[in-house]
Amino acid sequence: MLPNLGYGSLVITLIVSIYAIVSAVIGERKNLYKYVESARLALLLTFPLLTLTVISIVILLVNQNYEVQYVYNVTSSTMPLYLKVTALWGGQAGSLVFWAWLMAAFGTAVTLRKWDRDLDLLPWVIIVSSVTLVFFLIMIIAFENPFIRFWTLPSGGELVAMFAPAGSQLIHPFDGRGLNPLLRHPGMIIHPPMLYLGFVSFVIPYAFGMAALITGRKDDRWIRLTRRWTLVAWMFLSIGLILGSRWAYDVLGWGGYWAWDPVENAAFMPWLSGTAFLHSVMIQEKRGLFKRWNMILVIFTYSLVIFGTFLTRSGVLSSVHAFAQSAIGPMFFIFIGLSFIISLAFLIKRWDELRSEGIMTSLLSRESLFLINNLLFIGILVVVFWGTVYPLISELFTGQKVTVGPPFYNSTTGPLFVGLLLLMGIAPLSAWGHSTWKTLGKALWIPAIGSLILLVVLLVSGVRSIGALIGLTVASLAAFVTIYEFWRGMKARHKRSGENYLVALWKLTVRNRRRYGGYVIHLSVVFMAIGIIGIELFQTETQGRIAPGESLSLAGYTVTFKNLAEFDVADGRNVARAVLSVSKNGKDLGELYPRRDFYYDSQQPMTIPGVRSTVEDDLYIILVNWEQISSMGATFKVFHNPLINWLWYGGFLLVVGSFIAAWPDPEKEIELVPSRILRKETGKLVSKP
Amino acid sequence: MQDSTLTSPAKGSQKKFVFGGILIIAAIILLIITNTRAGAQYFLTVDEIIERQEEITGKDIRVSGAVLGETIEYDTENLIIKFEVAHVPGDNKEIDAQGGLALVLHQAVNNPDANRIFVVYEGVMPDLLQNEAQAIMTGKIGEDGIFYASELLLKCPTKYEEAIPDQSANS
Repeated sequence: MLPNLGYGSLVITLIVSIYAIVSAVIGERKNLYKYVESARLALLLTFPLLTLTVISIVILLVNQNYEVQYVYNVTSSTMPLYLKVTALWGGQAGSLVFWAWLMAAFGTAVTLRKWDRDLDLLPWVIIVSSVTLVFFLIMIIAFENPFIRFWTLPSGGELVAMFAPAGSQLIHPFDGRGLNPLLRHPGMIIHPPMLYLGFVSFVIPYAFGMAALITGRKDDRWIRLTRRWTLVAWMFLSIGLILGSRWAYDVLGWGGYWAWDPVENAAFMPWLSGTAFLHSVMIQEKRGLFKRWNMILVIFTYSLVIFGTFLTRSGVLSSVHAFAQSAIGPMFFIFIGLSFIISLAFLIKRWDELRSEGIMTSLLSRESLFLINNLLFIGILVVVFWGTVYPLISELFTGQKVTVGPPFYNSTTGPLFVGLLLLMGIAPLSAWGHSTWKTLGKALWIPAIGSLILLVVLLVSGVRSIGALIGLTVASLAAFVTIYEFWRGMKARHKRSGENYLVALWKLTVRNRRRYGGYVIHLSVVFMAIGIIGIELFQTETQGRIAPGESLSLAGYTVTFKNLAEFDVADGRNVARAVLSVSKNGKDLGELYPRRDFYYDSQQPMTIPGVRSTVEDDLYIILVNWEQISSMGATFKVFHNPLINWLWYGGFLLVVGSFIAAWPDPEKEIELVPSRILRKETGKLVSKP
Repeated sequence: MQDSTLTSPAKGSQKKFVFGGILIIAAIILLIITNTRAGAQYFLTVDEIIERQEEITGKDIRVSGAVLGETIEYDTENLIIKFEVAHVPGDNKEIDAQGGLALVLHQAVNNPDANRIFVVYEGVMPDLLQNEAQAIMTGKIGEDGIFYASELLLKCPTKYEEAIPDQSANS
């Protein structure tokens, strides 16, 4: 029986993970390696065990075993195979299993690395990973079991339970209810896994941070060990956010991509603290500063990751993305609270030992600018957090529920984002330790002239929006500085080695992956800023009812309604599809097909826009309404979204930059310290004198 | 700046960082406070709107109510939607205590004594605007007592409700 197999292996995983915690604690207390090794092997076992659970769910989904409640809730016979498979994360129970599975995978990956130099950290990394895993397993087994089934009792009553009540029989529904149509979109198929990958991989830097804190290692070893983890986690989280925006843009049919909705904010907050962390660890590596701050950031990021999972899964705050509601909310809250308090307690205990090794001296030094960068990121985080919980706070103190909408977020975070863009233009040119206006100015004046020229061009071409002028000028400065940095490096290399420019550029990047990968990411942020400025400040729209042959005009485009057809499709949809021809300044640009899909299984309509995308803009048409006799006409809403595609291009570039920065360096293999190898042979974790 | 080097940190040189840091933090706090005031929307129920109409006229309000299906009028020419909503409790706990959102919405729609307000919304007909949907609206209440919504979000709880299927066959 597949449900029993999957459930059984869930329970065994829980037992094994609890064993891992106990054994690691004993090993650490007694300073005996064999116990820790046993814990490590136990953690290794969780991945194949949970894989078995995941395979069970997928087979149940694909085989249409509707007697299983989860399968009944998220699939139906008309859904194509790939949607049945990805329905694994289409509902609450399945997505929690998926979370736990990823956690087990990362726990396994991290315990498989060479630990010779860092055996003292190993037990704590195992403990932190396992505790997180155990929490999720308990949530699944106790509250969100994906394997519970429908039963009829001998008395005629019906019941949902894991195991057969005495004398009862299974109920086999004919068909399931089907995945929410809003989730049947390619972006939605990869968006949740990306977000979860990002969430879960941030657990690893936290685990190392805690290990360093508990063992009292003051060096920045934990940061060096997890640099790549952090970067990869950050990349997945970024991809998840961008894909989520893309999904909202394509599916929700309102012409936007981001609504500062609580669930969006929940995914955005760990990204903000994670980005701050990614920058501030560099200061600790280079200058030995900000040790406490980095600990605080990694603790915050971990808490926000769990909080993010909790918000999407609890239904505490109403949101268009919260597709599940359940009773697990309070449990999440307790877990977050406990882990946060315990982490802070350890930090306070080590507070004095984590003193900075030096001090900052110059306001314009790299570390000082990084500090400002951190303040701004955390400032945005505070703004977003404040806006998200403001309804709860105001109700608590005034008894009156007050919310803040997108205008609050836009006008509060706007200046802070501009500040960050400005820093992105200046910081790469400033030196560690000491920088003055004079040295900075020397490097900055060429790119700055470029930005001023752009500003003049914008003014001449009639742009009068203050926000756009400031935003684009500052963004272009960051872009020019970055390109200028590449150019300077390439030229210097070309001069020194005689390589041609392309080879020089390639080698320059490959030799300093971290630095130039970071620059590519900076460029990608500029791209995204351009896209966001474009749609936020220059979006225009029109709407109207037109008969066949009539047209609507917007931003130089003319859309002409040709015809409309309504028909049923084999996968259980009724489709109403309009055909519109698009032309710009008299030139024919082809056709667009906005449509409305009606899903019979869930009785839910869905509006799919017709979109024409180019580098400069999107023409985005929604079919609003139509008369039964199509000759009567139909109503359309047309959006003109300038530059929006730069947001998605930026997303691609971000991935490229992350790969460059995270790619392993073969030349810098870490040498083994003999004294530490000895430890392993003696069976001790820490060699005591 | 000459007197401060890495090896002999002078206390005075740290002051500028503290000062600068405080300046930035103060700026952020100021931004939050002013924008919270400007962007605040009062979350009210239909009952509260009727009770406090004079006091809140013209202010940004967020209200949720149960949509009365037969009152929906849609002017497709000008894209203007008019409908009525009935009072539902604003508190999630209260809704749960009364048997869940679906039931509360159902009762609100079928209770002739429940307070109702007219809503006018200019825009595209949302897919989920139907009888017994929960409408979460942002907008202003006019002198005429009509709620002019600038934003309209809808929830249909029955879609996601977990229940034992009725179409079933015993094996």
